[in-house]
Amino acid sequence: MAFAGHLVMVVALVVCLYGIGAALYGARHGRRDWVDSGRRSVYCLAVVLTLGMVILEVAFVRNDFSYTAVANTSSTTTPLLYRVAAMWSSQEGSLLLWVWLLSIWSSAAIYLTRNRLRDVVPYATSVLLGFGAFFTTLLVFLDSPFGQMSSVPTDGAGLDPLLRNPSMLIHPPMLYSGYTFFSIPFAFAVGALIVRRVDADWIRITRRFALASWMFLGIGILLGARWSYYELGWGGYWGWDPVENAALMPWLISTAFLHSVMIQEKRGMLKIWNASLVLGASTLAIVGTFLVRSGVLDSIHAFTGGGLGVPFVALIATMVAGSVYLVVTRREVLRSEHSLDSLFSREAAFLLNNIILVGLCFVIFWGTFFPLISQAVTGTSAKVGPPWFDRYTVPLALILVLLSGIGPVIAWRRATLANARRNFALPVAAAGAMAIAAYTVVPIGSSVPTVILFCCAMFVLASIGQEFWRGTRARRAMSSEAPPLALLSMVRRNRRRYGGYIVHTGIAVLFIGVAASSTFQHEQELSLQVGQSTHVGAYTMRYVKATSHVVNDPSHTGATLTLGAVLRVTRDGKYVATLRPAADYYPASSILSGQVVADLISGDAVQQVALKSSLRRDLWAAIKPLGTTLPSTGVQVPEESLVALGDTTILPSTPQEKQLEAAYIELGAIADAYRRNPPPASFTLISSPLVMWIWLGGLIVLLGGLTAIWPPPAARRGRIRARYFARVAQELGRA
Amino acid sequence: MTAALAALLIAALVTFVGWALSGPFRAGTREPQESDERRALESAKEAKYAEIRDNETDYRTGKLSDADFRALDRQLRAEAVEILRAIDLLEGRAAGAPR
Repeated sequence: MAFAGHLVMVVALVVCLYGIGAALYGARHGRRDWVDSGRRSVYCLAVVLTLGMVILEVAFVRNDFSYTAVANTSSTTTPLLYRVAAMWSSQEGSLLLWVWLLSIWSSAAIYLTRNRLRDVVPYATSVLLGFGAFFTTLLVFLDSPFGQMSSVPTDGAGLDPLLRNPSMLIHPPMLYSGYTFFSIPFAFAVGALIVRRVDADWIRITRRFALASWMFLGIGILLGARWSYYELGWGGYWGWDPVENAALMPWLISTAFLHSVMIQEKRGMLKIWNASLVLGASTLAIVGTFLVRSGVLDSIHAFTGGGLGVPFVALIATMVAGSVYLVVTRREVLRSEHSLDSLFSREAAFLLNNIILVGLCFVIFWGTFFPLISQAVTGTSAKVGPPWFDRYTVPLALILVLLSGIGPVIAWRRATLANARRNFALPVAAAGAMAIAAYTVVPIGSSVPTVILFCCAMFVLASIGQEFWRGTRARRAMSSEAPPLALLSMVRRNRRRYGGYIVHTGIAVLFIGVAASSTFQHEQELSLQVGQSTHVGAYTMRYVKATSHVVNDPSHTGATLTLGAVLRVTRDGKYVATLRPAADYYPASSILSGQVVADLISGDAVQQVALKSSLRRDLWAAIKPLGTTLPSTGVQVPEESLVALGDTTILPSTPQEKQLEAAYIELGAIADAYRRNPPPASFTLISSPLVMWIWLGGLIVLLGGLTAIWPPPAARRGRIRARYFARVAQELGRA
Repeated sequence: MTAALAALLIAALVTFVGWALSGPFRAGTREPQESDERRALESAKEAKYAEIRDNETDYRTGKLSDADFRALDRQLRAEAVEILRAIDLLEGRAAGAPR
């Protein structure tokens, strides 16, 4: 079946190349039948790649270790759900997922535009199939997902235990959907520039795809942050890692694009800027894909090495050179139809928001690539850490949050002072009240940016609340509906506007969570013996007892041994919560003779974080029970020697199955000994306020995105069309 | 057995792809009924109506003065009329075209 899979990839490549040729030939010679054939190539690519995905997934589910990808990233002990997701934990599997998603979204876009933008679509088809050809070429010639093992192992290396987390099941498909969705506006922008049709039509048609890309990237970024918070055992959700930054950069640029396209749609302005943003965001998406795969920058999320760096650099260079060429040679047709009427207008606020977003992206790009830049300039690779990123991104983020409150209450074209006074009075008063409240509650000297952010966020929430209230009031005046119904009708009738406002609310909530949790967090890292306590902020955490499990792991991730602790948390003597942090141990990727017990647990160890989460505060605990050296005495904990002792009791001459059985008995004895006579364990204990607001903010952003992306009801369109037709016909009759 | 299944799968796939892409080599490809220009104008009309509605919402939520609203509304409706004229012109041309 693997050979069939490889042939499927070859067919996919041929389909891409044919489709590119057919679409371009059709466009150049005005042959609609060839253009249609090119369009069908996109659908065929989706079908062919779906078959490839199915073949590979079946191999993972069936534990077919004759496939290199399966043998390297899955095993019989990997639970089924994680075996399914193991496909995209391999380099080649994730490339297949990338191009498969591209083919699905491209098919949707090409189908929806089958009778529109006929001059642009053939070129857009070619660009989309060009991406398809690039990735299928990698899959056919450089990194086939259907590669075969020279000798088939009895078991695989298993999925990296760090990836055995529910967030990781959907994080990569979300990120890749975000990356691939943005290929669609990119392809249409290239097509529109080639045929010099640069009105807002291609933007209107592809706006929802850009919004979908923005949403999926946002979900992917947040899921990644949650995974980091729950799985990595350091208590943080954002570490300015190159791969995290790689997803954030196109998200920032697509945020800028989603704002500035409104100016082009309404005023015919910023055409060069918008074209550049689309081309830039898509190029950054490929840069992100390159970063994950090339191994040029150190990241815990990246695939190691591989020979994919050069092809990706070539693709990025082509995209950058082609984009610059198209924008420069089309600059005459891209000239703005109007100019900015006033610096005190929504256009100006959007423009400033765009400059800040692009500035943020530049800062992150510089920080991410600094190791390469410093290597090229000085010959020494130097890294910049979170403090460097914070120094530049925090002020820019503060301005952005403030702007997300100003934009919704300011008029297009020109705002007057009287209207501004009326619209800004409540938000400014709310921000002022927050400043006074913060001054009395918070030790302000150590957290000025955080207090400013709270004030900005309150400004946003008040301005958005005011917009919803005024809109509902206006709706009620027209329709006499009850307030909740009027609110719903208003949102339904203006989904793009109010969806955007909901997004701004979510962003404000999210930033409150980020600011509070990073400023007012209390953390303790220490060794505790059973019975000992420590203070974490206002909380007391006591190590009550040790726990252990063999095979039957509480986290259901396929761990062979789980060692943990029970922590009792109190505040002022009152019970608050019980935390059960644990460490999961997994089998080694290859079994060594004479070390059967050790091999059962000498794979990667993963901390299972214990979390008591609430709207006010998160109590977070992680444990490292094994291999801990006590800082005070330098004494090693005894489990390692117990494991070694266990191995000496198993004779090498014993049959393999019996050896394994004996090893599990030894492991049970060790787990039992650990529970009855636990050594000191190393704990990381954190009390962090408002972390849940980050995830809640993300959900609100998602709700806003869905509201904005949802198409307007057809019946309503028809009614309004009829009403305006009647009115305009009347005016035409008078003319 | 697996090899036979694989061969069958590939043969079916190649046949399907070949059939789907062979349009230019077969006669009788249908032309879409609605013209691209008409759809572009319809899209521009919808966008203009959205702009008019947006302007009304801005006015009702206190972002525009009476005078500013009236001036802008007049301008936007005039632009909508131009689009409708263009659509009418296109429809007239289509109706007069020889069949």
